[in-house]
Amino acid sequence: MDSAISIRNVTKMFGAQAVLSDMSFEIPKGKITTILGFSGAGKSTLLKHILGLLHPTSGKVFILGQDLSLLDDVGLREFRKNFGMLFQYAALFDSFSTFENVAFPLREFTTMNEAEIKSRVTDLLTAVSIKEESFYKVPSQLSGGMRKRVGLARALALKPAVMLYDEPTTGLDPITTHKVNDLIVETAHKNVGMTSVIISHDIRATLKISDYIAFLDRGKIVEYASASDFKRSANPLVREFLEL
Amino acid sequence: MMARMKKRFIVNVESIGEFVIEGLNALGEITQFIMKFFYWVLKPPYRWHLLADQFVFIGNKSLFIICLSGAFTGMVMAYQTYFGFKLINVDSLVGPVVAITLAKELAPVLCGLIVAGRAGAAMAAQIGTMKVTEQVDALEVMGINSIQYLAVPRIVASTIALPMLCLVFSLVGNMGAFLVGTKALMIDEVMFYSKLGEFMYMEDIYQGVIKACVFGFILSCVGTFFGFDVSKGAEGVGRGTNLAVVWGMILVLIIDYFLTSFLVQIL
Repeated sequence: MDSAISIRNVTKMFGAQAVLSDMSFEIPKGKITTILGFSGAGKSTLLKHILGLLHPTSGKVFILGQDLSLLDDVGLREFRKNFGMLFQYAALFDSFSTFENVAFPLREFTTMNEAEIKSRVTDLLTAVSIKEESFYKVPSQLSGGMRKRVGLARALALKPAVMLYDEPTTGLDPITTHKVNDLIVETAHKNVGMTSVIISHDIRATLKISDYIAFLDRGKIVEYASASDFKRSANPLVREFLEL
Repeated sequence: MMARMKKRFIVNVESIGEFVIEGLNALGEITQFIMKFFYWVLKPPYRWHLLADQFVFIGNKSLFIICLSGAFTGMVMAYQTYFGFKLINVDSLVGPVVAITLAKELAPVLCGLIVAGRAGAAMAAQIGTMKVTEQVDALEVMGINSIQYLAVPRIVASTIALPMLCLVFSLVGNMGAFLVGTKALMIDEVMFYSKLGEFMYMEDIYQGVIKACVFGFILSCVGTFFGFDVSKGAEGVGRGTNLAVVWGMILVLIIDYFLTSFLVQIL
């Protein structure tokens, strides 16, 4: 299994408390992997380590073969262009329109001219089913589901190698949740080779859309298996989660 | 009795110690923040459009309130100095005194206080809201330094805009003083500023401009720092905004004293 992300013996201490405890696991390239766990299990801390926003107290994080500890601040910023991220509440820039939000990474990191940017943004927004009439609305005029879709379009603008989703369906109604989950799968299929990592506690959606599932509890991976094997896990914590 | 006094003494010493440590921590954090500003202000890319936006917000959009405050400050100054100076028959000095006071002291300090209340608070609120809604994280994840993107344009624009506002304040203040002096107090129009050249030098204007530069830098550093320091949702944004205004104003007044004592020696 060719891995995109490799977590090797990572421990993260905040004061005397170990939030991640000697954690090791590999996330395969080109697949959808979901990290499940209860609140406070260390999911967000793990995500921040993958992004290089936090550094482990001990252990190493490798992304696409690159040891993050060997990169300085500038190198790390450059390296983060490999990532796309959909935040829990989309984190759209509230002073920008839908169009400008998606155009933002293109303006910052590419030499595209206005016509090329317009064409790319239109493609991206159309791919996530945002109609042209919403292109010039500001985030406060969009529904929660639309904001998530615009956030996804923005995250995909630079064609990332690794796409991260932080609780992508939190706060959405069941129908919109279903649509966002479909969109995640569709995005993974359209962008062949792109690795998707989802942080979630929505067990039903996770089983439906994931190739692999890791279960995190108190800073440790207590179960890591393919979605079909995960359903049959004998781990009591996982069983408790599955039976919810 | 002794034991109770001892206990109270220890509690007092502890709270003083806690206050000092917290103060030193805050000082350390803001020093680090300013050092990061100096690092990132020199590094490309230079986002001129963001600087222009901030310049419009801090400079242009403060013009009305600056002109209004300047005019009334000058008018009040003219009244106050006239009635004092008339007693010793030197009412011909009202114009120069108002002009010097405005240029050296009132214009930079009042501009600093007004901009701290208006733009400093807005900086803390904007950045604080971006922080709690993960917009700052979104920038970082994209590989964009949030200090360079959000703080640098605001601090640079404020440092440049404040001296300009200060000059406008002085100018409008003098016009207000002239109007009151000549129309309400009946000082001769020719006499009002006739002795200005005798008493006022370019150094007086430089002093005000230098002070305004420093105040612009300080209040924007404080505003952006408290914006980045925000946590705990809407309550945190409110707290950060409040701290930005309070500390912005306090620092303008404290630094004014030290700057004045330094500038009067070198200019």
